[in-house]
Amino acid sequence: MSDGNGRTLLGPLNRVEGDLEIQVAVAAGRVSEAWVNSPLFRGFELILQGKAPMDALVYTPRICGICSVAQSVAAAGALAEYLQVTPTDNGRIATNLTLACENLADHLTHFYLFFMPDFARPGYQSEPWFEAIRERFRAQTGAAVNQVLPARAAFMRLTGILAGKWPHSLSLQPGGTSRALSTSDIVRLRMQIGSFRQFLEQVLFDGPLEQVAALASREQLQAWAAAHPHGDFARFLSVAEALKLETLGRTRHQFLSYGAYGQSRGHWFCRGVVGWQGNQLQPRTLDLDAITEDMSSAWLRGESAHPSVGHTQPDIEMPGYSWCKAPRLAQQVTEVGALARQVVAGHPLLLDLVREQGANVMNRVVARLLEFALVVPAMEDWCQQLIPTAAFCAPQSQRPAQGRGVGLVEAARGSLGHWLSVKDGRIHNYQIIAPTTWNFSPRDRAGQAGPLESALARTPVSGELHECLPIQHIIRSYDPCMVCTVH
Amino acid sequence: MTRKTLPWLQSGGCGGCSLSLLNAETPHLLARLQQANIELLWHPSVSEVNGPELIRLLNAIVDGDTALDILCLEASAMLGPNGSGRFHMLSGTDEPMFQWIQKLASRAKQVVAVGSCAAFGGITAAGSNLVEAIGLQYDRSQRGGLLGEQWQGADRLPVVNIAGCPTHPDWVTETLTLLAADALASDDLDEYQRPRFYTDHLVHHGCPRNEYYEYKASAETAGDLGCMMEHMGCLGTQARADCNIRPWNGEGSCLKGGYACVNCTAPGFEEPRHSFVETPKLAGIPVGLPTDMPKAWFVALASLAKAATPERLRRNAVAERLIYPPGRGVKKRE
Repeated sequence: MSDGNGRTLLGPLNRVEGDLEIQVAVAAGRVSEAWVNSPLFRGFELILQGKAPMDALVYTPRICGICSVAQSVAAAGALAEYLQVTPTDNGRIATNLTLACENLADHLTHFYLFFMPDFARPGYQSEPWFEAIRERFRAQTGAAVNQVLPARAAFMRLTGILAGKWPHSLSLQPGGTSRALSTSDIVRLRMQIGSFRQFLEQVLFDGPLEQVAALASREQLQAWAAAHPHGDFARFLSVAEALKLETLGRTRHQFLSYGAYGQSRGHWFCRGVVGWQGNQLQPRTLDLDAITEDMSSAWLRGESAHPSVGHTQPDIEMPGYSWCKAPRLAQQVTEVGALARQVVAGHPLLLDLVREQGANVMNRVVARLLEFALVVPAMEDWCQQLIPTAAFCAPQSQRPAQGRGVGLVEAARGSLGHWLSVKDGRIHNYQIIAPTTWNFSPRDRAGQAGPLESALARTPVSGELHECLPIQHIIRSYDPCMVCTVH
Repeated sequence: MTRKTLPWLQSGGCGGCSLSLLNAETPHLLARLQQANIELLWHPSVSEVNGPELIRLLNAIVDGDTALDILCLEASAMLGPNGSGRFHMLSGTDEPMFQWIQKLASRAKQVVAVGSCAAFGGITAAGSNLVEAIGLQYDRSQRGGLLGEQWQGADRLPVVNIAGCPTHPDWVTETLTLLAADALASDDLDEYQRPRFYTDHLVHHGCPRNEYYEYKASAETAGDLGCMMEHMGCLGTQARADCNIRPWNGEGSCLKGGYACVNCTAPGFEEPRHSFVETPKLAGIPVGLPTDMPKAWFVALASLAKAATPERLRRNAVAERLIYPPGRGVKKRE
């Protein structure tokens, strides 16, 4: 399907949580330009206007079935600021456990169900590694799926204990959580986390989490993979090396993280921005007031605005090519996600990989897998920090007639923000910027392409574009969530 | 025996019913489908193929070259803006998704709406419903929807509405297994075409807060142990589902998680016309009464029950954790 402009339309693209369409232009055997279209508009920001503020806790998780808890946590954060409520310590820890469970389950789903099956596609059948990878990762029938689905479902039992159910829980409240945990509940939490650790150490890593977490350089990563060849991590790394995945989807945008897993002070993975100064990574000051959403390439009316005063007015007659706005931080294109989170947090392995090779397909996947090794031990610690005699939810019965609030959270896929304003006791405005809104944004007024759009440029292509697997790897390396993107 | 073919499509929704479906345990989802004799022709989260290969598959179904036994739609159909369907064009096709759904449904031996969006419009139809979201055979509680009142499958079944937001994985796999075995009849569906095996129950059935309910010992704020009907907006005594009988994620439910049932299996649940988390009252009495309960009796029984509430329940109801276990610590009321 090629149109008169010499652009080829790619879609429907699956394993991206929602619907996605991409146009690419090719010159001299490489992608010259790409345009990313998020084709689904539902209008949550308009639905929320006029509702009772606390009802945001019912509507916003339903933006997304895969980032549901992250949406709840962002909404609860915005409401806490509006209500001037501080969550209890127990509530904060239980929220972190619930969010960590969702984030890691999402990483697992991404790696095994969304990303790896592309290496089992017929396009690679002449590769020497093909048969083994296909036997392991083939969509639906690969051997891994029989281990992964039970491990994921068992791990998600944490949400049955902590949050009643997943997705779409109402347990995540401005004052903490609505489910006070007993000592026996905490025993069950620890058992499930322990089983998940066992799965990761046996199946994914073929070694202890602490050793993976301690990897500090590319050389150490390579040595570790050679010494632990029976894990799916090593299988991925060997395919990555064979296909030079570090050369695909390479970009050098600034990295943003709102900070993940709130502690009594600061975050477990810190908040910040890291940009480029020549070939060096350089921390920058995060100015939240410098976030804007630009609508030049979207079927939306209105001028670029900060989300606290932003608006959403769909108009299919507007010149544009996506329903997605283009968020920018200080006018700059910004990448979010596990890689950004770990670069901002200063993990030595990712810093080493990114300094050398920028952001790319391999590094984005390594960052996600590394987070298993970092977060599961943290979850074990958090269980110990719960105090079953203390409160889980702070009183939150005040309902001020006016107010504002911002909820910032790190979802699996990166930085998610909710901006709430209340007038006369009702939601006056509610704006959401989701991780994939950043990563899959279209061009802005200055003509700057969004992160995926520039990651696709220069990709070598041959033969039928629809069967060009490097393009598919680049797209899925971001673990896009298209239902969140436009919302 | 030839396997029953099943393509699964999404449109105006969140994908949460698919993700919930992946929570299926012992056996896991793909093993369940295999045992049900179902061939998953395509699913957005787990299938390998996409792009033109998928379009070829959909066209082969539309042309009658590939048999379609069970069509599953997760999420509402969106007709907007102004009936153009451009709020969701199936990518790569320049054609509104709702038209694809119509074409495919005309070839399907059976159509299944997975989740309240596909059944009734659901959350996507909330607010002013700018996107013109509707269900497959209902627009909220009005019969009709995208496919029209007359649509029925080869076995004269209407669209089967597995309502819920999200759906429990068992509701979906059990319905599909029964359909694949030709073992679901119209008598097995309720007044909104939902499978009765889970909607013949009230969420109230098996609620762990039932003793608080009996004595009208009510929760007042998030996290309290008491009954959430009086103040917290809980609709469990009216909502049709087996959520407190069939556990979620191993052991949970909304009530066990400490929050109100929002009646998510019902058409129109997305617009309760009051806050979800506060019970609307008239002269101090909740507007929505328990299913099949005459108002006068409810008022009489409630005031009697309140007068008889043991101190233990009265105090525990407004606490996050049990202060007084049964039979200990509290003097009996005179």
